[in-house]
Amino acid sequence: MNRRFFNRFFTSALIVAGVGVAQLALAATAPDELIRSVATDVQTIVRQDKAIQSGDMRKTLELIDAKVLPNFDFARMTSLAVGRDWRSATPAQKAELTAEFRTLLVRSYANAIVRFKDYQLTVKPLKLKPEDTEVTVRTEVRKAGSPPDSVDYTLYKKGEEWKVYDVAVAGVSLITNYRDAFGEEIKAGGIDGLIKSLRSKNAQNAAGGEGAAKK
Amino acid sequence: MRASIFAAGLWLSMQAVPAVAQTADPIEPFNRAIYSFNDGLDRVALKPLAQGYAAAVPLPARVGIGNFINNFRDIPNVINNLLQGKLGEAASDVGRIALNSTFGILGVIDVASEFGLERHNEDFGQTLGRWGVSSGPYVVLPLLGPSTLRDTAALPVDYYTGGRNLVIESVAVRNSLAGLEVVNDRANLLDAEKALDEAALDKYVFIRNFYLQRRQNLVYDGNPPRPKGDDDVWDETDAAPDAGVTKKE
Repeated sequence: MNRRFFNRFFTSALIVAGVGVAQLALAATAPDELIRSVATDVQTIVRQDKAIQSGDMRKTLELIDAKVLPNFDFARMTSLAVGRDWRSATPAQKAELTAEFRTLLVRSYANAIVRFKDYQLTVKPLKLKPEDTEVTVRTEVRKAGSPPDSVDYTLYKKGEEWKVYDVAVAGVSLITNYRDAFGEEIKAGGIDGLIKSLRSKNAQNAAGGEGAAKK
Repeated sequence: MRASIFAAGLWLSMQAVPAVAQTADPIEPFNRAIYSFNDGLDRVALKPLAQGYAAAVPLPARVGIGNFINNFRDIPNVINNLLQGKLGEAASDVGRIALNSTFGILGVIDVASEFGLERHNEDFGQTLGRWGVSSGPYVVLPLLGPSTLRDTAALPVDYYTGGRNLVIESVAVRNSLAGLEVVNDRANLLDAEKALDEAALDKYVFIRNFYLQRRQNLVYDGNPPRPKGDDDVWDETDAAPDAGVTKKE
């Protein structure tokens, strides 16, 4: 009885999620709607998927690839974290910086995603004027027993779509938080030095993850 | 304590001097040394203790303990909200203490949050910030960790207005509670640690930036002014689809 109810519930949840994705592809979704639907989708999947819950990195990354990444503009994010030196980077360097920074962020996000299933998410109402090309969507995540934390997404309008290019957790912006560290790496070893440290950090994370999985 | 009051006076008097361009961390080598000391101590003492605590005490009990501790922390919230002229928030905090200390069984259950009285996060460092005192250089304190000159100068006030010290007479009980608070807080950070390890190129720099940004955000209660000189280096060439950096995946 219960089981049948849950089956039906999840089937309809999936259909609703599917319709949501289809709509997303059709027209520019309002930024707050976009954040809400992506977060809800991811949460629904994490809550159901036992493999992701037990730390299956490959499946987690697949989920992030499919649901989350299309809504981010990592190149813009990277440009802002790099700052002034971005202008002097070659297109190839820009591409590499972006790819490595994306790997780093996705990896950290993948580690946090499992905990996401216990959180309640509230998207705060947004006042959006038609001429706006940049907007911050404020959300709150709350876990039973803890005070809520703010998670704010900054998006810009790229063509007809809204893309996230900064996330601030508890008021701490991702871009700003990386800017100093990037600046120091560039001062020490130039753009290539920064690419190198990002690459070795990513390699170290990947090795650490596999080591932990073997245990 | 006297030294930090002196530091406070010194810092306040320096506010009158026109700001000179400076990094936020002029004593970085010194700070890094203290940071390594703290980190080492954490690894051998506090972290194992927090892990043992997290393993031994089930989550609902830890939530209760956290609420109990926070009930005391609501007292300096009242004082600092008053000092910042935020009367509504101060009144709400008084309501929280009243509700949680009674219906919440001495603070163990945070019933006030259920009634929509949100917990605030205030301290005297934030009050000074609200009064216009800039944060000053970043300082890593032995045992206490990240701080700034302003927040360090505020510590004696935080100590005397800390709820426990106003309410509880027995020094032994006070100290045990302080110990519990440290271990409980540390246990709450165990999850975040792995993310930090993987996300940071340089943990010291990451924590420093996190602390400074977070404090700035707290001083302005979530709406800090946008930093100046935050020039957008993104331009049309980058946005062009053939720039090679916006590969569609």
